[in-house]
Amino acid sequence: MNWIIDLVGKDLMWLVAGLVGVIAMIVINTVILTWVERKVSGHMQRRIGPKEVGPYGLIQAIADSLKLLGKDIITPGHVERPLYFLAPIVIIIPVLVSFVVIPFSSFLQVKDIDVGILVIFAFSSLTVLSLLLAGWGSNNKYSLIGAMRSVAQNIAYEIPLLLTLLPVILMCNSLSLRDIVEAQKDVWFVLYHPIPFLIYFIAGVAETNRTPFDLAEAESELVAGFHTEYSGMRFALFFMAEYTNIFIVSAIAAIFFLGGYQGPILPGIVWFFIKTYFLVFVIVWFRWTFPRVRFDQLLNFSWKILIPVSFLWLLICGGLLKIL
Amino acid sequence: MMLPAEIIKGAASLIMGMGVTLKAFFMPVVTTQYPRETLELPERFRGHIKLIGDPDVPDRTKCIVCMACIRACPSGTIKKIEGEKKEGEKKKTCTEYMLDFTTCSQCGICVEVCPVDALDFSHDYNIAVHTRAECTFDLVKEYEKRK
Repeated sequence: MNWIIDLVGKDLMWLVAGLVGVIAMIVINTVILTWVERKVSGHMQRRIGPKEVGPYGLIQAIADSLKLLGKDIITPGHVERPLYFLAPIVIIIPVLVSFVVIPFSSFLQVKDIDVGILVIFAFSSLTVLSLLLAGWGSNNKYSLIGAMRSVAQNIAYEIPLLLTLLPVILMCNSLSLRDIVEAQKDVWFVLYHPIPFLIYFIAGVAETNRTPFDLAEAESELVAGFHTEYSGMRFALFFMAEYTNIFIVSAIAAIFFLGGYQGPILPGIVWFFIKTYFLVFVIVWFRWTFPRVRFDQLLNFSWKILIPVSFLWLLICGGLLKIL
Repeated sequence: MMLPAEIIKGAASLIMGMGVTLKAFFMPVVTTQYPRETLELPERFRGHIKLIGDPDVPDRTKCIVCMACIRACPSGTIKKIEGEKKEGEKKKTCTEYMLDFTTCSQCGICVEVCPVDALDFSHDYNIAVHTRAECTFDLVKEYEKRK
C-alpha cells in the first residue's frame, strides 16, 4: 500500500478527497441557495415562500431535486448532438476547478496553487464556450439568441472583473489566494479599493447572468435563453453551475476584498461562509430590487464606465505602489 | 458620455430602491394561509343575504312574510317566501325563504326595503358548488343551522 502513496504522493490522495468534498459542496450549496433564493424573494415581496415541505420549507429544495432527477430527459430533434450533449458537462468543469483553489479557512483548501486566481479565471472563460455550445446545438432560435447575448455580455464583463482584482494582486505581489487572504490580516482591501470592489461585484453579478443583467435567459423574451431545450438533469447541471458561480463570485469577492477567512473570535471557516453568503444574499437582493437593463445599456455600462474606471484605478494604484 | 453627477444620482436611486426591498424583507408577511386561516371580514362586506333572528323569540326569524323583498328584488333572486301564522301570535312566521344566489347582484335593495330589519348581509364567502342548483338555498334552514 505504501508504495502507491510513495508513487502518487500524498498530494493525489488529498486531491481525490478534495474533489469528493468539492462535489458535495456544490450540491449542498445549490440546495441551500435554491431555498435561500425562494425564501428571500418571498419575504421581499412580503409573502412567506416555501413552507409546506418540512419545517420552513427546508426540504423543498430536496423535493425539487428529486423531481428533477425523476424527469424524462428529452432530446429535441435535429440538435447538433455532440455539442448539445457536451454543453452541460463543459459548464460544470470550471465550477469544479474553481473550488479546488478557494481557501475556506487557513488549513482547508484542496490545493494552494501559485496562480490560483489565474486558474479560476482561465477556467471560468469555459463557461462562455458552454453557453455557446448549448445555444448553438439546441436547434432553437431563442436559445441561439440567448447564447449570443450571453457571450457578448460575459466577454464585456470579464474584463472589469479581472482589472479590478489586479490592484489587489499588485499590492500582495501574489496570485495565490491564500497569500492574498494572509495579506489582509490587519486591513481589508475593501478599504484601500472600494471602487474596484463595487465594480467587481457588479461585473460578478453580470458574469453569473443574474438580474438585472440576466439578458441571456430573459424569460419574457427568450423563454429560458440558452437552456430552453434542456430538461431533467441536463437542465439541473446548468442550474447547479449558475448557483455555484454565484457562490464562487461571492467567495472571490470575500477573499480579495473582505479578508477571506480572517476575523476575530469565530473560526476562519465560519467567517468565510458569513462573508460569502452575505454577498450571495446581496445578489439575491439585487434580483428583487432592480429591473432588467436593456442590452445596449448593459454593454455600454461595461465598456464606457466600468472598464475605463477600473483601468484608471489600476493606473493610479500602480503608480502609487511604484512611488511608495 | 455620462456625467459623474449623473452616475452618483443614479447610484443613489439604486441604493434607495434596495432600501425599499430590504424594509419589505423585515416587514411582516401579509399572506393568509387560506384553508387554514381566514380573514376577519369588514362589517360592510356583502355576502348573500341572511335572516336575522328575533331577539325575543330565538326560535324564529324577524321575518313577517310581508313579501316586500321579493317585490323589490330587481333580478328575481328571491324565489319563494312561505310563512304561516302560529296560534297566539300576531305576526306570521317565515318557514321557507328560497334565495337563488347565482343571480344576486348584492344591490341591497331587499335589506333596505325590509320593514322589520329582518335581512342583513352575511359574511359567508366560501360558497363553492358544482351546479347552479346548489346555489339556491333556504335562508330559514340556514338560520336554523346558524342558531
